[in-house]
Amino acid sequence: MSTPTYLGMPALPPRSPYGTGNLRGDRTFPRAAHDELRNGQLRRNLGKATHTIRAKRLAVTGELPDWEALRDAGSAIKTDTMNRLPELLEQLEAKVTEAGGTVHWARDGAEANDIVTRLVQQTGSDEVIKVKSMATQEIGLNEHLADQGIKAHETDLAELIVQLADDKPSHILVPAIHRNRDEIREIFRAGIPGVDPELDSVPAHLAAAARAYLREKFLTTPVAVSGANFGIAETGTLSVVESEGNGRMCLTLPDTLITVMGIEKVLPRYADLEVFLQLLPRSSTGERMNPYTSLWTGVTPGDGPQNFHLVLLDNGRTAALADRIGRQALNCIRCSACLNVCPVYERAGGHAYGSTYPGPIGAVVTPQLAGMDVSADDPNSSLPYASTLCGACYDACPVKIDIPSLLVELRHQHTEATGRTAEKLAMKAAAAVMGRPGVYRAAQKAAGLGRVVAGRDGKISHLPPPFNGWSDSRDTPAPPKRSFRAWLASAEGASALRAAAEEGARTRTEADGPDEEEQ
Amino acid sequence: MRIGLFATCLGDTLFPDAVRATAVLLARLGHELVFPPDQTCCGQMHVNTGYQREPVPLVRGFAEQFGDPSIEAVVMPSGSCAGSVRHQHGIVAERYGDAALRAGVATVQAKTYELSEFLVDVLGVTDIGAYFPHRVTYHPTCHSLRLLRVGEKPLRLLRAVEDIDLVELPEADACCGFGGTFAVKNAETSSAMLADKMRHVTGTGAAVCTAGDSSCLMHIGGGLSRIEAGTRTLHLAQILASTRTSPYVLPSTPLEATR
Amino acid sequence: MTVTARETILARIRDAQALAPASAVDIPRDYRTGRTLPDADRLALLTDRLVDYKAEVHTCTADRTPEVIADVLRERAVCHLGIPPGLDRTWLSAYEGEVHVDSADTPVPELDALDGVLTSSAVTCAETGTIFLDASPDQGRRALTLVPDLHVCVVDLSTVTPGVPEAVTRLTPTHPTTLISGPSATSDIELERLEGVHGPRTLAVVIRTDM
Repeated sequence: MSTPTYLGMPALPPRSPYGTGNLRGDRTFPRAAHDELRNGQLRRNLGKATHTIRAKRLAVTGELPDWEALRDAGSAIKTDTMNRLPELLEQLEAKVTEAGGTVHWARDGAEANDIVTRLVQQTGSDEVIKVKSMATQEIGLNEHLADQGIKAHETDLAELIVQLADDKPSHILVPAIHRNRDEIREIFRAGIPGVDPELDSVPAHLAAAARAYLREKFLTTPVAVSGANFGIAETGTLSVVESEGNGRMCLTLPDTLITVMGIEKVLPRYADLEVFLQLLPRSSTGERMNPYTSLWTGVTPGDGPQNFHLVLLDNGRTAALADRIGRQALNCIRCSACLNVCPVYERAGGHAYGSTYPGPIGAVVTPQLAGMDVSADDPNSSLPYASTLCGACYDACPVKIDIPSLLVELRHQHTEATGRTAEKLAMKAAAAVMGRPGVYRAAQKAAGLGRVVAGRDGKISHLPPPFNGWSDSRDTPAPPKRSFRAWLASAEGASALRAAAEEGARTRTEADGPDEEEQ
Repeated sequence: MRIGLFATCLGDTLFPDAVRATAVLLARLGHELVFPPDQTCCGQMHVNTGYQREPVPLVRGFAEQFGDPSIEAVVMPSGSCAGSVRHQHGIVAERYGDAALRAGVATVQAKTYELSEFLVDVLGVTDIGAYFPHRVTYHPTCHSLRLLRVGEKPLRLLRAVEDIDLVELPEADACCGFGGTFAVKNAETSSAMLADKMRHVTGTGAAVCTAGDSSCLMHIGGGLSRIEAGTRTLHLAQILASTRTSPYVLPSTPLEATR
Repeated sequence: MTVTARETILARIRDAQALAPASAVDIPRDYRTGRTLPDADRLALLTDRLVDYKAEVHTCTADRTPEVIADVLRERAVCHLGIPPGLDRTWLSAYEGEVHVDSADTPVPELDALDGVLTSSAVTCAETGTIFLDASPDQGRRALTLVPDLHVCVVDLSTVTPGVPEAVTRLTPTHPTTLISGPSATSDIELERLEGVHGPRTLAVVIRTDM
């Protein structure tokens, strides 16, 4: 394979290298969506789940009179964080170290994987328990550990479902959102050793089966790996927001805890939690508060892991930070509200995005972390186009990331880098026509020729590529005989407007008359 | 008021009836219309497809044609084109324009309105004497809803129409799947979204599905025509322009109604 | 000397900030802080929120603490109760089962053999129904309130704040802190909330209205 040409602004100082890991699919979005759209079960599961969560989110965000003020604060705190990232990370490192933890830095996914592997090996354990974490999914930690003979047990219910089915996550919050209860029962019956063969698909029974299976792992595994929702620079406090208690188990019971955190997850002050502990649960699961949140600072003698390691991960984040507009995407707190309201995600599902980060935020964060290749079939280059720009994601985002504008910006970066393409020539031609009113008017007359290709009913039913996808399910009306401007210039147009003005004047006189008399 | 009418390239060329209705409506309300003859396109398709250099002449053209201070407001029967002028022209001017262009853009942006917000916010009218004795459902287009925040304004206008049977569209705020070149680049996902929109539209039993954007109506109408649904699409302006003295007559085939 | 990952990343960030200079930002904090609510309102709000998330709620005055706790434990057939070392023992004067006083030396699997655990609490947020445990001696180490299947938690109304900001300001950042809102739950099956996974499947809250 030839060396791919990555997009980027040639400027000094140099722009950081892109990230590695699960940040690029194996086919473009339209191709992947082509297959996913044919999965009726997936469509039904996704439709049901996203509609459920939308209503819940609107209910709990609607009951806070200061929701918009919280969003404004959250957005500004994250922007301020990015502005002060180096000193905040150094402060976080100092505070964690002071509290008995050890801080490691990883330039990319491979380096983070090596650090975690070495730390696990130092404990002598050949297995770890894991809390659901986007960062470790991004860097492919489980696969790397498996290659080194270390078994990673996912303990989040949805991650367990995905792991047992040898599947891939399709959602940030609910990685098994594409599975319904009956499918989950089958996965458990096939994958959990010693599970009751009569296990039914009642959700409570499925959860109980997971509880029984994982309890022994929690009590015996000496090492846990987690991600982090927030890392507080001021105090060195780390935080994991969760529901099931598997997070608390992993963060509390083992001797050794290794937390992998993206560098953008730092927050300046402990008090900032007052904002994010309101924004995150209401946006993600539509709850006033998630069942459990753990906050810990380094090592506490006699309570929880006595060895704590924090791995700070770059993996393309500094590349994104170098983009004046795109860096907003780093403000993401991984709530997944944008996925749940996205009409494209709802139909195509998370796998179509090919990345650890699916949905609207994935479509802007993935190309920024891992780059867009200029070749026509690069999956990441197709992601910014996987949106109608309907704006539902922007409205839902608790930190007000303007995802539609970021998508438009990434599209621009992509077209700037691709050189001469048929599309670009067409766009140039269109702009040239539109930019010269005389030529435009001539073209408009020529468009009337479109009537020739229309059927007798005035419809155009078949169009050549690349418009055939459009005409597969939509008729297009043949252009009318006369444009608006031609009508306006005609005697008919002039008389129609004159008649309308006269009618209006007459009506107003009739309506105003009695009023004036009353006064 | 002296109003600059922007027909939009789609309206001027493919859906002139919607622009005609807009012109008639504004004339009926007693306003003077100006139609700068050199107007063409706002450049939205370019920007949304990733091209920001190419539409610079279009952005400049718009600012020049409507910059005349005697034009008090620029009105267009499109939420997405108004959104383009207000939200994208500045981006293009900032990046590829000069100080003069940036100033020109700022001037026209401030007086640019989509039809329904112009009627309700600027003219302060909701009942404009329209008459439309048919069952109608309203689809709020994404850019009018979430970029311009027109909110209830189109519905307030529609509720005031005499003899209209206005029925609520289920999941009205869901995108119809058009998205400009999205419908070409991601045609299958777009079609899946369109199918759901059409299901909701036909479920209302409405004779007409209306909206403030001819582009979305072209998409929904094209789909309804293909499945021979019997429901037509009609621009909001066409309903508002229909009066007892010159009522809109629903044509026999749905697709014609969109023109 | 080799360049460390730390130096590299910090340099990359500074380069990025040079490429895309930051625009200064003021942080608007116009959301509600420093709220106060009368006792009755905080009690009603907290009770509503706890019940909504399937916690069991008991309300009493301080003098009735022992009997209410004994009733809750009897109803749940608790014979082996874990408590943190600093718990007020008078709370157990009406309880007849065995009491295991936890310490850092108790092996975690022994916690799994307990029928339930009784603790106090640090702060509680009424608006979200969230109890904050900060590992003080009357609340114990984190494992104690996690492994047993029943958690009986005493909340004094004076420690109940209206909203989240008022609760966060009362915390001590260096303490390991656990926020608990109802029993353990999941939304992983079809995005519907379902109570009872790995943490305690029953959360019983005893609110003391005069403390």
